[in-house]
Amino acid sequence: MTALLTFTDRGIYCPDGDFFIDPWRPVPRALVTHGHSDHARRGHGQYLCTHQALPVIRHRLGEITASGIAYGERRRIGGVTVSFHPAGHVPGSAQIRVERAGEVWVVSGDYKTEADGLAEAFDPVPCHAFITECTFGLPVFRWQPQAQVMAGIGAWWAANAALGRPSIIGAYSFGKAQRLMAGLTPQGPILTHGAVEDVTTILRSQGYALPETTRVTPGIDARSHPGALVIAPPSALGSVWARRFQNADEAFASGWMALRGIRRRRALGTGFTVSDHADWDGLNTAIRATGCERVFVTHGYTGPFRRWLAEQGYDAGIVETAYGDEEEETAPVAEAHP
Amino acid sequence: MKAFATLFAALDGTTKTGAKLAALTHYFQTAPEADRLWTIALLSGRRPKRSVNATELRLWAAEAAHLPLWLFEEAYAVTGDLAETIAHILPPPATASDRSLTATITFLASLTGHPPEARRAAIFAAWNELVPTERFLFNKLLTGGFRMGVSQGLMTRALATATGQDEATLAHRLMGDWSPQTTTFAALTAGAGDTGTGDTGAGSRPYPFALAAQLEGGPETLGDPADWRAEWKWDGIRGQLVHRAGAFALWSRGEELVTDRFPEFAPLADFLPQGTVVDGEILAWGSNRPLPFAQLQPRIGRKTVPKKLLTEAPARLLAYDLLEENGQDLRPLPYDTRRARLAALLADLPPTLPIALSLDVPFTDWASLSETRATSRSEMAEGIMLKRAASPYHVGRKRGDWWKWKLDPWSVDAVMIYAQSGHGRRAGLFTDFTFALRDGNDLVPFTKAYSGLTDAEFAEITRWVGKNTLERFGPVRRVTPELVFEIAFEGIQKSPRHKSGLALRFPRMARWRRDKGVDGIDTLASLHALLTATSG
Repeated sequence: MTALLTFTDRGIYCPDGDFFIDPWRPVPRALVTHGHSDHARRGHGQYLCTHQALPVIRHRLGEITASGIAYGERRRIGGVTVSFHPAGHVPGSAQIRVERAGEVWVVSGDYKTEADGLAEAFDPVPCHAFITECTFGLPVFRWQPQAQVMAGIGAWWAANAALGRPSIIGAYSFGKAQRLMAGLTPQGPILTHGAVEDVTTILRSQGYALPETTRVTPGIDARSHPGALVIAPPSALGSVWARRFQNADEAFASGWMALRGIRRRRALGTGFTVSDHADWDGLNTAIRATGCERVFVTHGYTGPFRRWLAEQGYDAGIVETAYGDEEEETAPVAEAHP
Repeated sequence: MKAFATLFAALDGTTKTGAKLAALTHYFQTAPEADRLWTIALLSGRRPKRSVNATELRLWAAEAAHLPLWLFEEAYAVTGDLAETIAHILPPPATASDRSLTATITFLASLTGHPPEARRAAIFAAWNELVPTERFLFNKLLTGGFRMGVSQGLMTRALATATGQDEATLAHRLMGDWSPQTTTFAALTAGAGDTGTGDTGAGSRPYPFALAAQLEGGPETLGDPADWRAEWKWDGIRGQLVHRAGAFALWSRGEELVTDRFPEFAPLADFLPQGTVVDGEILAWGSNRPLPFAQLQPRIGRKTVPKKLLTEAPARLLAYDLLEENGQDLRPLPYDTRRARLAALLADLPPTLPIALSLDVPFTDWASLSETRATSRSEMAEGIMLKRAASPYHVGRKRGDWWKWKLDPWSVDAVMIYAQSGHGRRAGLFTDFTFALRDGNDLVPFTKAYSGLTDAEFAEITRWVGKNTLERFGPVRRVTPELVFEIAFEGIQKSPRHKSGLALRFPRMARWRRDKGVDGIDTLASLHALLTATSG
């Protein structure tokens, strides 16, 4: 009997169901965990993702043949049964469970274990084999509780506003940006870069509770909105676009900000450690909660993390994938892909 | 530690000078005086003694975190900072404390001499009551390597604002061999501990060194050559010789007291009048000209000097400026005036003393000076110094009056064979490379280099190293010999300790030669030829 899931040069493949999960090359049928571009790629014949993930995926990929599925809904595909379960990474994100004759494998996609109040909260899924990301799979990565991080960002915003200057925060335009606007205590107008606003509009219309935001257009600048919080993709920091906010204080929200060296390398003064990936404790807790015996680690610190899991008694392996990290432009390139 | 941690977070959380200045000023006005004093000490490189070594710390931290040592090392390789790694991998603190900076340093000092078990228990207890930022600072104090992104100049400016003292006066007071154990904040900043007349009577305290800026392009932009004086730019150790009542001291530019490392200067105390301060270059001296810098190097790491070294490579001070005469601060006077007084002072000394005037290099126009500069290497100099005839002796690096006009470096094309990741700001990037030249069919390593490339280039090379690693030795990767770089350097010396038989001075990567393959690199023989030609 073939393995329930196999690892190919196009992605994770289920022979009995004849589908791929988050494939990185064009395939006839793709099950997609979430809408980030390294997981939801162009060119597949058919897409299946959660109802909640679909609108952003359609927005990003244009004309595609796609259908939605509810969280927890069981669907028969070929000789297997699949279902999608909350991953807590971004709104609509899922882990994908595949079952055949009582044997269960779960593909985590990207996930975080702490509920962020916006994305559907992570739900551990019991399984025999767990394919997990490990973007932050080293014990130096330990996140503070969200409330504490948001309080820190809020204090930074307030201090800038008191001086009459805008605060620009760099955050990935799908997920992180909305998590910030939803999680911060309101204390002034929130302005958005176009890339952020497009996704925000879609999520708001889906019913996600997001505060009012204003798209930055010509005429909106530091003078019109002196104490505003501006949420923009990281690439907009220090750019011509950001120059309209004279005197603005810039900050960056990313899990990589946990490392002082990276913060200094980007010559960004203020960095807030906010990640939509599980930290060291989160990864270990999640793996334990599945009750699995086998673990495959994908993108991140795969070498050390696999060895650590093996020492904990797991049958652990590494799977080479083409997944990056939406925050990768700031990642420490040396050891991120050992 | 909380106030100090807040200061650190403010300094570390911005790249803006204004914000750093404000945070420092506030701290210097509000923190307990003892803590202010220690902060000045730390920011000016006066570190507390280490009471624990790095190996012990790694073992203890892994143990406290209940993690295997190999995983600790993996994490350390990614953060590139021992203190930071430890700060993050430990479980959250069980209790809280707010020991002051001074109390923390006193506590650390008290550990010295205790058996490892006792030190281990004390440090475990301390870790367990500090949050990660405080733990990071605590570990930095433990390991000694403190850098907070604040220059001495910036700190002095903040201190001037906070105390209302004159900045240049403060800069002078902060020089020398004080330590928080020997002075107080008030005495240090107000000069209450000074003796004798004015500021200059203060024992062996040196003046802040005037520093030259690099002259890019030619000197034509400097204006009329008649306004300028030229000297050789020596390749030695910058030094300030201080002789005052009861004090005879030689200071290096790093504000290190090096009197005992150069015993040959001791007789100068009998000949130079009291109240004299001379600025100059310490060189190893042959019969009538300087020896290569390598001959001076053995002095740097030693407290005492063996006889052999004294006879083989005696030191000499080539004096270029007179900062104090008869106890009077000459720094505001024009350079020409100071030089004339220096020349007169030295002319009276017996010629056997190891001090001499660093002679003027005469010139009438820039073109002739440029020709003279081209001969620097045969004079054992690195180039030419240009000083404005009318200029005062500045504090630190003030652009405009002092310029160093160095020779263009030599260069060779070499291939990278080993790569190692950097630390601090360069953590996680491969930045430390070993290079090889061709010797027949072999590639022979001949130098390391760390600087000269952009962050983007380092990032690109780092990705390349990931894919082209042949072997790993701990943190070092042996890579496919494929990437070629132009290595620039200032000097070359024989070195029997190295396989290549030579050592370079100030090697760095001038550029990445993407246009060249390993077939296009230079030979070791070509460098040996250069060595022979220059040491002749």
